[in-house]
Amino acid sequence: MTIGNLIRLLVLAVLIALLMRPDLFAGFFALFAKPGQPVIYNQGNLLAITISHLLIVAIAVLGSTMVAVGLGILVTRPAGAEFLPLSRAIANIGQTFPPVAVLALAVPVLGFGTGPTLVALFLYGLLPVFENTLTGFTNLPPRVMEAARGAGMTGRQRLLQVELPLALPVILAGIRISTVIALATATIGSTVAARTLGEVIIAGLLTGNTAFVLQGGLIVGALAVLIYDALSGLERLLMARQGRGVAR
Amino acid sequence: MIEIDGVSKAYGDNLAVNDVSLTIQPHTICAVVGTSGSGKTTLMRMINRLVEPTSGQIRIDSEDVTAVPAHELRRRIGYAIQGNGLFPHKNVGQNIATVPRLLGWNEKRISARVDELLELFQLDPHMFRDRMPHELSGGQQQRVGVARALAAKPNILLMDEPFGALDPVIRTRAQDDLLAIQQRFGTTIVLVTHDMEEAIHLGDRIAVMDEGKLVQFAPPAEIIGNPASDFVAELLGPSDRAFRLLSLSRLADHVESGEATGEPLPSTASLRDAYSELLWSGRTAAPVVTAAGDVIGRIRLESLTRLAMAPK
Repeated sequence: MTIGNLIRLLVLAVLIALLMRPDLFAGFFALFAKPGQPVIYNQGNLLAITISHLLIVAIAVLGSTMVAVGLGILVTRPAGAEFLPLSRAIANIGQTFPPVAVLALAVPVLGFGTGPTLVALFLYGLLPVFENTLTGFTNLPPRVMEAARGAGMTGRQRLLQVELPLALPVILAGIRISTVIALATATIGSTVAARTLGEVIIAGLLTGNTAFVLQGGLIVGALAVLIYDALSGLERLLMARQGRGVAR
Repeated sequence: MIEIDGVSKAYGDNLAVNDVSLTIQPHTICAVVGTSGSGKTTLMRMINRLVEPTSGQIRIDSEDVTAVPAHELRRRIGYAIQGNGLFPHKNVGQNIATVPRLLGWNEKRISARVDELLELFQLDPHMFRDRMPHELSGGQQQRVGVARALAAKPNILLMDEPFGALDPVIRTRAQDDLLAIQQRFGTTIVLVTHDMEEAIHLGDRIAVMDEGKLVQFAPPAEIIGNPASDFVAELLGPSDRAFRLLSLSRLADHVESGEATGEPLPSTASLRDAYSELLWSGRTAAPVVTAAGDVIGRIRLESLTRLAMAPK
């Protein structure tokens, strides 16, 4: 086992311990709380909040992946090529809006709660996946594509049996970027009453309790690092299977 | 039989293929030779409709190729390309099974066919079936590429510079393997190459292309002996003409009665190899033996010199 994997395993173990038995860490977090303040977040269960946070991120990223990959496939078909600039523009607009602005605009329509956060994360996740899908589909090895046509595959068979598997590692890299952005951005969803780890951080900021801020921040940070690494590992595995160099 | 009838392909104002007509007889190898940009690859790709002709018609066994959907036509025609184009995410067995799977063969038949082809190309099925393409050497990849093209037993095999990426030693072997397979299955082969040597070695007939036009379509001996234009002569390499002519015939067809001493030559050797060997060993004649080792006669330097003369 490499040192990197050892550290990852350690981070995972500490994270799980913190979520299951936060009281074990009371001594450590007491260093950051003022006298008389609660040391461990006491307005909800950390594990339940973390699961809610991950669920919101997963749903948003799943949604943006489906839409972005779908669009990416559409505009790389001969029939959809003319929509390429339009779809690129739409995905770019999603990226230029600050997430706070999306939340502020979505609340009047969707009300407080999880809805506006999902919309913001969904819009934010579109561009990285879309760009990578385009890269994946436009950089396919020409000889392999020629062989697929020459063998008598239909357009659909080429897409499902050759293009998609070959573009997958690149698309996955886009999903990885979207996921990490969403993990971090989800915290501000708590300002409109979405149940994310942001509520721990905000509670800490409101009461001047650094221990709370640290708990929320550390959990989000650890999740981001672990998920990022796991997805990178999956990409490398796929690339190695195809005998291609490791792109990092 | 492949009939190419007045076919042209225009890209804008530029005619990549300009009114080409030729008929390729069944069970023969037609080598299409030309420089890059001569239209030779475009011509071949119109046979399986990877390129659609601007005008003219192509018929296979008297049937217009546009009579069936392009993907169905392609499943009936083997296609092997330079650098093999193997699917990097599929193993060797899955690569070879591509067209049979598209045609809906059952698993048992597919797996039997994959093993049969691997053995034919001297790749142990147990060792190679589950390997990924990047785990193979260049020569092995090339063989898997041709095996994939032959998987559904096509009557016609199109090959675009199939040996271009191989080093000379492996290339010679791959060419001989192809000839053996062609003789065994009687496949009609259209082979595109820029290498006149390869065309002479493999082709029953050679089609020479230049700037989109068919310059000459003839058996190798006629191309060498009677090139239709300066361009064809240039492709042949004027200094090598005599040797190219010798390379067309086997010793078996020119054995003379008589005795000779020294290392015997195999009857399967080309006249060119025999000539070279006689010059090198400083002999005026050498015994000729069969594969079994029986002496069947001799070959003289003098006869070889006469055979190398331009046909009148």
